[in-house]
Amino acid sequence: MSHRKPEPVQVVKQRRDTALRALAGGVPYVNFLGITFDRRGDELTGVLNFDEKLIGNPDLPALHGGVTAAFLEVTSIITLSWMSLWDEVESGRLDLASLEQGRLPRLPKTIDFAIDYLRPGLPRDAYARARVTRSGRRYASVHAEAWQDNRDKPVVQAVGHFLMPWDDR
Amino acid sequence: MSTDATAGVDLALSNELILRLPQARALGLEIVSTGDGRAEIHMPFAAQLVGDPETGVIHGGAVSTLMDTCGGAAVMAHPLVAGHTATISLRIDYLRAATPGQGITARAECHHVTRSVAFVRAVALDEDAARPVAMATGTFTVPQLRGEAPEGAA
Repeated sequence: MSHRKPEPVQVVKQRRDTALRALAGGVPYVNFLGITFDRRGDELTGVLNFDEKLIGNPDLPALHGGVTAAFLEVTSIITLSWMSLWDEVESGRLDLASLEQGRLPRLPKTIDFAIDYLRPGLPRDAYARARVTRSGRRYASVHAEAWQDNRDKPVVQAVGHFLMPWDDR
Repeated sequence: MSTDATAGVDLALSNELILRLPQARALGLEIVSTGDGRAEIHMPFAAQLVGDPETGVIHGGAVSTLMDTCGGAAVMAHPLVAGHTATISLRIDYLRAATPGQGITARAECHHVTRSVAFVRAVALDEDAARPVAMATGTFTVPQLRGEAPEGAA
């Protein structure tokens, strides 16, 4: 086999960041909550950028439990989708131009989602990672958790099951 | 027992309460009815809540927030519960995609209360109320009990 020279770093980053931006940025509800994603290689960290409207109980004040749950669901779906798109992004099979124009790949559908509220969410940014514990042709299982100041003190954790979009391309 | 008049006052109070929650306000939540361990809350359709731009279906996360809020409202509407509650856990089954363009209504019932825990079940419906969009079960904290309740949490 002939040795292929690695691609220049800008090319790699631009391709991956474009795909991620199109994937996450194309979902209205993700923008409504102000969720963005940090990427290290293929690892994603969801960021819930604090905004006053995310507050549930104004007396504490604390993030709305529904918002932190939704944050985990969003992080799960985007991570799951990102993992399944990765090979296509890397091989160039995925058409980035059409992705950028809003032609999103079909997203996984949530079957069920079970949320465990561990601590009140403080009025500041939160971070989340999702781990795909099993990904089959039709069903996937995901564990997700979110934290704020300390990675070891999660605010909320969840497990969910997802129906993968049919591969009819 | 609540008369129509006090139920009306409760509703106005509850709506005032929910409007104090910034996220509930951002979602445009409206309390349809509340009292006796039950609550019904409506979330109007909004383009910004869409989770899949291809289909226009509302994101499950917005439905969780609605179910969570409605579950909490049902707990606070329980005659034995005093004070603010917090969600311990919530499990949601997404039965089908909500019809694009339609609002969603959640109905929650706090069906059992102990000294420490309130148990809730809830459904989410769009305009086709015969076919629920989602179902949920949840547990909530009980900060203070008004009267007697079975000992110990389940």
